[in-house]
Parts: sequence; C-alpha cells; structure tokens
Amino acid sequence: MSLSLSVRARLSESFTLDVTMTAPPGITIVFGASGSGKSTLLRSVAGLLTPDAGSISVGPRVLFDSSRRQSLPVRKRRVGYVFQQLALFPHMSIADNLAYGLHDRPSDARGVHIRRVAGSFRIEHVLARTPATVSGGERQRTALARSLVTDPDVLLLDEPLSALDHATQSHIIEDLRVWNAAHAIPILYVTHSHREVFALGERVVVLDHGRIIATGVPHEVLNVPEQEGLAQIAGFENVFDAIVSERRPAAGTMHCTLTGSGTELEVPLSKGEAGAPVRVAVRAGDILLATEPPRGLSARNIVPGRIVALAREGPTIIARVDAGAPFVVHVTPSAVDSLGLAAGRPVWLIIKTYSCRIVSV
Amino acid sequence: MDWAAIVLSVKLAGIVSAILLVIALPIAYWLTFSRWRGKFMVEAVVALPLVLPPTVLGLYVLLAIGSRSPIGRLWSAWTGHGLAFTFEALVIASILYSLPFAVQPISAAFAQLDRSLLDASATLGAGSWRTFRRVVLPLSVEGVIAGAVLSFAHTLGEFGVVLMVGGNLPGVTRTISISIYDQVQALQYDEANRTAFALMSFSFFVLACVYALRRKPWSVAPLP
Repeated sequence: MSLSLSVRARLSESFTLDVTMTAPPGITIVFGASGSGKSTLLRSVAGLLTPDAGSISVGPRVLFDSSRRQSLPVRKRRVGYVFQQLALFPHMSIADNLAYGLHDRPSDARGVHIRRVAGSFRIEHVLARTPATVSGGERQRTALARSLVTDPDVLLLDEPLSALDHATQSHIIEDLRVWNAAHAIPILYVTHSHREVFALGERVVVLDHGRIIATGVPHEVLNVPEQEGLAQIAGFENVFDAIVSERRPAAGTMHCTLTGSGTELEVPLSKGEAGAPVRVAVRAGDILLATEPPRGLSARNIVPGRIVALAREGPTIIARVDAGAPFVVHVTPSAVDSLGLAAGRPVWLIIKTYSCRIVSV
Repeated sequence: MDWAAIVLSVKLAGIVSAILLVIALPIAYWLTFSRWRGKFMVEAVVALPLVLPPTVLGLYVLLAIGSRSPIGRLWSAWTGHGLAFTFEALVIASILYSLPFAVQPISAAFAQLDRSLLDASATLGAGSWRTFRRVVLPLSVEGVIAGAVLSFAHTLGEFGVVLMVGGNLPGVTRTISISIYDQVQALQYDEANRTAFALMSFSFFVLACVYALRRKPWSVAPLP
C-alpha cells in the first residue's frame, strides 16, 4: 500500500505547505532545511494539523479529503509517529510505553506483541525501566518500537536519529529495514542531515519553503544540483557566478572563469556554450589546502590565495580564503596545527575537476 | 475548646475539596486546552472570588438560594426545609469561594505538560478520556494535590462567606473561625487561643504531609 497525498496548508502570511507526492512501501526521505515544512507535512498526515485543502490516503483508506469534508481523527488513522523529542511517557516503564497503543487487545496478545517488537528493536533488557534511566539509543528504539507495535499503515519519523552518534544511528536504521522487509509500509523519514540522506540511500523528496523542489535517489537529487537553491541546502558552501570560457568535449571537461576575479576552474563538461553564464558549486569539505605550491597532483585546479580568517565550528575549522573569489574551506584542527595555518598566510587551494558542480542559470 | 466547630470545619473543608476536585478537573482541562476565543471570559469568572469581598459573594449566594429564588424553592420542595443557613448552603458557598484555588494550580500543571505527549497518545489510538486518565492526570498529580490542599485550607479558614450564608448555628454552621471570633467577642481569650492553636497545628500538619509527598518518584536519576 502506498501513501498518496496532495495537501495545501497555509500556516502564516509567508508560509504555505503545498505538496503532492506518493510514498510507496519502504523509506522515503523528506529532506529540507528547518522551516521548509517537513514537520508540517508529517503532522498533516497524522491528523495533528488539518490542511486547508487536499486529500490524504493510504491504499484505499481515505484519511482526509477536503472535498468530501472527511477527516479521520488522529486516533483512527493507524499512523505510527516518532516525534523529534520522542515523547515517551516519563511516568511509565518501557513496557508500559509499548503497551500503551495496545489497550484494545486482549492481555495475552498484548504480551506477545510487546515481546516481538521489543526483540526486533533490541530493548527486551530494559522493559522494566523508565525512559529516564535508559540510554539515548534505547529511548530512540523504544519510541520506534512503540509506534510500530500497533501495526500502523504508515510510519512517520521526525528527525528520529539526530541526537545519536553515527554507529547507533546505522544500527537502528538496519533494524528498521529488517522490520519493514516483513511489513512493507510506507515510511516518511524527515531529516535535514545530508549525511543521513546518503546513509539511507533511498527515495528522497526535497522540500523548500513548503514545496517539493526535487524527487529522486540521493545521488541524482543532491549531487547534481539543477538549481542554486538546491545546491545550497545540499551542502555546497561555495557557489560562484562564472562564464564558460572554453569547452573540451574530448576530455569531458570545460573551463569556467569566475566572475569578478579571473580565477579559472576546470569543471566537468555540461550544458552551456562558451560565453554562457553558469554557476559553479564546490563543497567546502572537497577542497584541500596546501602551504606550498603542490606538484605532481592529479587534481586539475590549483588556485593560489591567502587565508582571511579561521573560525571553529564544532569539530571543524572553517577557513575563509581569498583566492580572487572568496572560498570557504573545511579543515581539521590538527591540520591547522601541523600546517601552522593562520590568517594572512598564503595557501594553495586544490580542487578536483569532479568536485565542481555546474548549476545552470 | 469548641470541638463541634473544629469537626464541622474539617468536615466542610473535606467535602468541599472533594467536590471541587471533581468540578475543577474538567474546568481546568477546558481552560487549558480549549481554543475558543471567548475563553478569557470564563477565566475571569473563575478568578472572580479571588478579588471579591466575601460579603459580596455571600450576599449573592444568599439571594440565589433564598426561599424566593428558584433554587431555594426547588430545594424546599425536595427536602421540606429552606436552604439558607444550613450546612448545605455552606458547602455551595464554599465551593464557589474556593473554586479558583482548586482550578488555578491544576490548570497551571496541565499547561506545563509537553504537548507532544498528548499528540503521541492520540497517534497510539487513545481518545481524549484515555489520554486524560493515563497521561494528563498522572503527570499533573502535583498540581491536583496542590489544588485540593489549597481549597481545603482556604475553606477551613473562611469567615465572611460562612457568616453571610450560614449564620452562626452551633453544630450546623458555626465553623472554627466563627467560633474563635465568638470567643474573642466574649473575652474568652484562653479559649480562643486554644482553638486557634489547634487550627494552626492541624493546618501545618496537613501542609507538611503534602510537601513531603510531593517528591517526584520518576525524577531523572543518574545512569547506573
């Protein structure tokens, strides 16, 4: 069964969610920056928010249809929902949290259900404890198990793993995949993490300002941006206006001159005749820094510049480099130490041809 | 010491706080979760006894339950006697007078609830009654206890409303505060002092029990 929806919900003067999509059984990633409407979309499906117009259905079951003035109450929608803050009941044990959705089943069936789902998500050993006394990963697994114990028709996950380390995240995802191989329900997985999109690797729907701006597999949608708005949310810190200066179809490359600087970059061949305006996008993490002119490298773009500023953000140092155009480069703190990087220091930027993406204008 | 007055006051306060609990829970729930735009009017009415002099409230209750009022006539048709200056009249007046003391702490506790818990309950198939019973109420226990205790204490100590509505009939409407007032009027200071001290000790004992019980059993504990 697939989830089909077409909804319009005006939440404020400046924000309207306007989305039409279909989610087949399996994971569909809903990707977008915060404020793009991801949670609003999930809340509409769950019935926690009533759209102004549209329809939502799972297979033949209609959850919402504004033209027929039909809207199933939340409790009858058979929708599993894992909230961003998990929303585990703090005064109940893990077992009671799992049993909460099974109140209409006979108690022996309840026990069987709870043991099965607790086994699938590896939380049998904490069933008697309360949410406050188990680890973050176990809390996460409990929230997931609680939403699935009722055998919902759809599962909605609102940034479910954002608080966990990567290893725990991928274990939980793996357990979810195994579970869903047997159940085959549509799962909407909301995230703003580029890394999670690639880790899940399934269908992705990109939301921006309440609208879907792209749909496809992650590599199609996020690695080959077609619009600058998309490039920026996909993690491209460097986006430059440029003019195609020379096409080399035999080599599969072309040269672009960045506007206002004369800096020339070799980029993959794409649409755009010589003289055509384009945009060049490069991820800050894809650029290498050298303190001497490098030689004997396969990278085709070696651009001299000077460090303007260094700033720390979490485990990363963000270097701003003036290389004709203002580049942003991510380096590790240990690299900064061993290379003696500092503001004012001359450096060379090393950029592989295929790290450059061309965005048509 | 006027034991009859003490017993009467404790009985009145017990009955009033029990009834108030039943009335205040739905009112507090509605005040917290309703999205009706005219809600503030109801909030103002509920809070009215906080600012009105007890004599004003007492006067209106007296008029409302008097022998010529519909309520008073209905009551005497049912029971054969009037409602004014009876213990039942005290109960009615005290409920109105103590209503904000029960409603406000309960609705404050409801308002502090994490709304996503209520959303989670709904997505797990629970209707609003089940959500209330299993999630809202257990997580608001402190507020509910505070509401019950405050309305009990407030009823125990009220004076003006009781005098207006119940008068001063020994064993029927002469509550502890009226008894103390009578003793002082009669210059029986020793007697007044003993009664007052008994009331103070009892109030302290009740409050101490409540605060002792208010320690959360499920507060976040450090991981073992």
